[in-house]
Amino acid sequence: MKIVALVKQTFDSEAKIALEGGKIGRQGISLIMNPYDEYAVEEALKLKEKNGGEVTVVTVGPDEATEAVRQALAMGADQGILVNPGTEDIDESTVATILAKAVSSLEYDIILGGFRAIDDGSAQVAGRVAEILNLPVVNMVTKLEADGGKAVATADIEGGSAVMEVPLPAVITAQKGLNEPRYPSMKGIMQAKKKPLKKMGLGDVSLDASQVAAKVKVLNYSLPPARAAGKVIPGEPAEAAAALAKALREEAKII
Amino acid sequence: MNFKLTEEQELLRKTVRDFAENEIGPKAAEMDEKEDYDWSLWDKMADMGLTGIVFPEKYGGAEMDYVSYALAVEELARVDASSSVVIAAHTSLCSWPIYAFGNEEQKQRFLVPLAEGKKLGALGLTEPSAGSDAGAVKLSAVADGNDYILNGTKTFITNGGKGDIYVVVVSTDKAKKHRGTAAFVVEKGTPGFTFGKKEHKLGIRASYTYELVFENCRVPKENMLASDGDGFKVAMATLDGGRISIAAQAVGIAQGAYEQALAYSKIREQFGRPISANQGIQWMLADMHTRVEAARLLTLHSAYLRDAGEPHTKESAMAKLYAAECSMWVTVKAVQIFGGYGYSREYPVERMMRDAKITEIYEGTSEVQRIVISNSILR
Repeated sequence: MKIVALVKQTFDSEAKIALEGGKIGRQGISLIMNPYDEYAVEEALKLKEKNGGEVTVVTVGPDEATEAVRQALAMGADQGILVNPGTEDIDESTVATILAKAVSSLEYDIILGGFRAIDDGSAQVAGRVAEILNLPVVNMVTKLEADGGKAVATADIEGGSAVMEVPLPAVITAQKGLNEPRYPSMKGIMQAKKKPLKKMGLGDVSLDASQVAAKVKVLNYSLPPARAAGKVIPGEPAEAAAALAKALREEAKII
Repeated sequence: MNFKLTEEQELLRKTVRDFAENEIGPKAAEMDEKEDYDWSLWDKMADMGLTGIVFPEKYGGAEMDYVSYALAVEELARVDASSSVVIAAHTSLCSWPIYAFGNEEQKQRFLVPLAEGKKLGALGLTEPSAGSDAGAVKLSAVADGNDYILNGTKTFITNGGKGDIYVVVVSTDKAKKHRGTAAFVVEKGTPGFTFGKKEHKLGIRASYTYELVFENCRVPKENMLASDGDGFKVAMATLDGGRISIAAQAVGIAQGAYEQALAYSKIREQFGRPISANQGIQWMLADMHTRVEAARLLTLHSAYLRDAGEPHTKESAMAKLYAAECSMWVTVKAVQIFGGYGYSREYPVERMMRDAKITEIYEGTSEVQRIVISNSILR
């Protein structure tokens, strides 16, 4: 089985985000593989362990995003591809166009990715890749079985779940709960550096800057308001409860 | 000169940090409280290959360098000192002497299952009147045909009781003192080899510390590492490497306590502002951070020297001495910054302070490290 996993390098989920000159500051921020993509990589490895075959990890990002690819290789993926768009001025269409182009040069039976990235949270990229490659897509999958020519996926839907069947090749996006990603093993870390990792530019995937120009422009970023300090209401239980109810009604305006 | 970690070392550090925070962290306080280790963690560490980091792949290891090993031990200790010593004693004190002094047959028989984490290892060196003075061991081994008969006891043996494979330093000829010593590999379950009392300790309480008792314990000659007379040599070489891992452990404990104190100082408010706004606290934090960094550099430098095949007896002693004293100092300050909460078991810094103390004691006290260092600079 030829398996492709799409990954993105994101800020650490525990990173403290600060704005610098209207942009998200990168100083002192540690980078990780998008956790939803980690589920996708884990599922890819499980499919490989069950059906045989190989796992190719593809990412679009700056050169430092090789760290996320190396992590996937250390977990057990076979080869990696990084396409550096050469600009930070990108949007979901940019990334999806490049990913689809890079993937189209590979053989694939199934393409896995996180259903969204924890940084911009747009949940667009995998779906766009499916559209460009003219493949069916099942989103927010929590259980997957794939062999032969089809996949059966359990997906989150509003208020419940649905079991769906799609012919392969298809794009499947991972939701939390799909699996428990493994830690890279020490041997895996050592083997990762010997595995092929292709670093490419736009030209290497036969694209030029005009074909991937961002269509959406971010005008500005703003941080959520800082959480105000809590308030302690002193006094006897009955009085305090009355004061609390009053504050909830008049100050917080939630009852 | 290059202080930058390689991509593999960075990935190892991140992986072990994630593992320690997610898998070990939630259990550390309870394991300390119960004075018992959750051995399911050992199985997970074995799966990841943390049980044989520095050994060649053909012996079941990951074939990484000592810098990587020191980073892994540090990251474990940052969250739980007990977990770090389980790995450090297993790797440096048991697996390593078998790797360095064992013959091929011994490596296949003992090192492979150790490195793969199928077996847990320990070193039996310390006795009531021997330890750093390895030439003074009294546990006797008397040749009898193709076997040796062992009699005597070993005390304070880390990973004792639970361990499957023990490297035991014995005396084969008391008259020859340290030249009359040997090192044997003894497996748990060997008739005549039993465990005495379990030690109840100030710190690293989750790690097992037992007395080993040998009563007419028959061990075949093929279990001897190197040759008769080499026990002291095996012990000294083992301690050189062991010091690096204890230095790394000390750095990890200190780093963990420093981070806890730093975070707490920013949220604890007194007189209407966080205590980190007070210069007294700021200077404490600056000193803590500086000392931890200095200890880490000494530690990684001694690991680097070992990787480069350079002499490092003095450097690993300096790293262990400084890192251990740093660890004690930093953890005491961390408790101070936490104030009453630091003294409470609700927060981890009191455990870290208790855990730090052992790094000034085991695998050679700070005083012994000073002897090693001064011998090296005065000779």
